[in-house]
Amino acid sequence: VNEARVAVEAAARASYARLISFLSARSGDVAGAEDALADAFVAALRTWPSGGIPSKPDAWLLHAARRKLIDRRRRERTRDDGVHVLASLLAEAEDLSQAHAFPDERLKLLFVCAHPAIDARVHTPLMLQVVLGLDAVAISAAFLTPASTMGQRLSRAKAKIRDTRIAFEVPAGVELEQRLSAVLEAIYAAYGHGWEGADGMDAERLGLAEEALFLARLLVEHLPDQAEALGLLALLEYCEARRPARRSPSGEYVPMSDQDTQLWDVKRLAEAERLLTAASRCNRPGRFQLEAAVQSAHVERCQRRRADWAAIVVLYEGLVRLAPTFGALVGRAAAVAEAQGPAAGLALLDAMPADAIGSYQPYWATRAHVEQRLGREHEARQSFDTALRLTRDPAVRRYLEHAATATTRRGSARPPPA
Amino acid sequence: MQFMMLIYEPSTQFDERQRPTDDNAHWGAWRAYHQSLVDAGIYQGGGPLERPEVTATTVRVRGGERQVQDGPYADTKEQLGGFILLEVPTLDAALDCASRCPAAAYGAVEVRPLADLTRIFGPGHRGARA
Repeated sequence: VNEARVAVEAAARASYARLISFLSARSGDVAGAEDALADAFVAALRTWPSGGIPSKPDAWLLHAARRKLIDRRRRERTRDDGVHVLASLLAEAEDLSQAHAFPDERLKLLFVCAHPAIDARVHTPLMLQVVLGLDAVAISAAFLTPASTMGQRLSRAKAKIRDTRIAFEVPAGVELEQRLSAVLEAIYAAYGHGWEGADGMDAERLGLAEEALFLARLLVEHLPDQAEALGLLALLEYCEARRPARRSPSGEYVPMSDQDTQLWDVKRLAEAERLLTAASRCNRPGRFQLEAAVQSAHVERCQRRRADWAAIVVLYEGLVRLAPTFGALVGRAAAVAEAQGPAAGLALLDAMPADAIGSYQPYWATRAHVEQRLGREHEARQSFDTALRLTRDPAVRRYLEHAATATTRRGSARPPPA
Repeated sequence: MQFMMLIYEPSTQFDERQRPTDDNAHWGAWRAYHQSLVDAGIYQGGGPLERPEVTATTVRVRGGERQVQDGPYADTKEQLGGFILLEVPTLDAALDCASRCPAAAYGAVEVRPLADLTRIFGPGHRGARA
């Protein structure tokens, strides 16, 4: 029984995205495919313990899910042509259960999730749920959105995919570039949520980061000439390479500038450098390549003792021109504070729009450090307090509390990266 | 699958309709667009609508009483100026058609799928598509 359960879980981990993509692409109905596949997994848990684990678990699950999908459609007394499409799906599934593999439609599904006809706020959640199988409760927690609101948005998006027949295809030309950037943004957002590791949820969130990496790799595998896809994967590899150094052995938060470079994953760094070089050969600079290049400049510290702050400032200037996100603006200010002194950094922070900064933790953490370096203890204390109010991660809280009391003892304490 | 393109235009555009038919600068684009839809075998009907503020009449029945009102249903800056019914397989194909519509460059084109009549009236319904 246990063996069968393990087999079902293994099949779910290894094949969920491929199965759901194949079923959705053939039926045009993501929600229906999800329900059918869920039923197929339930059936597997029921029958595999007694009947034995099939030699091709994927094919078995596909076959079962396909049958559920057709049953449901028939019951719903739906479109004649819908049943027709499903009949051909049936035939294809029969053939495929004989074959060793079925077509990989994951990329198409990814592009459907980032379709401009779908509310942009749902792109990332939709991808996480549909392509990766995350449940709506976990997603709503990650996006700080009430579960009911998130559930509603997700089901509305899926209804739109089905009812308007959004095409399951990878677009070409100009449209590819526009849609690709939405896909990249969504993957990066998924990784970003994994990166924070807030509220002691590290274990689950680590899973999200790995899934984002998986999607980024999938894109590069299929679109090896897209500079920004290469750039995003390079960026994620740089971040992953530093993961072992982000916490001390006792679990304390370690800011980038204090990280032990010996702990950085050399193989991953080399892979990131290789990807970034490949991206730059395309001669199509973009946001993710610049962000990856910032990481690359930090890695300089492996060879020299100090990161190349002048280079980092130049990269942030480019980033602010291309994509003036709060993260880029704060990152630039922090880099300028290092390269040109804290007063210049503070001037840039002062120039940021007031409505943007209110609840943006990295802004207040950076500001606190810069004010501290300028000896403005009172203002620094207030900024630290604001940053603390916005910090959920207990380790980051401890770090900030410590930094706040350290005051002038360590003049060059640096903020945690955004 | 059938999609409706609802073409919204600013009121100035309704004046343009008064131009002579041999004014190719104005009508050429529309003629070419219409022809391309017909040639592709996806055009199922449609046409321009007369000016809403002059010709639109809106009817409501409330409490058994017929209420007839002068003017369009919604009084907005851009008004429904025409519609085109298309038969294409996906939303993406319909969006391609909409983006080539001359009105997309100065107004807006809303794309909506037609609901399936067999779902509403059952498979035997005579008006349902094959």
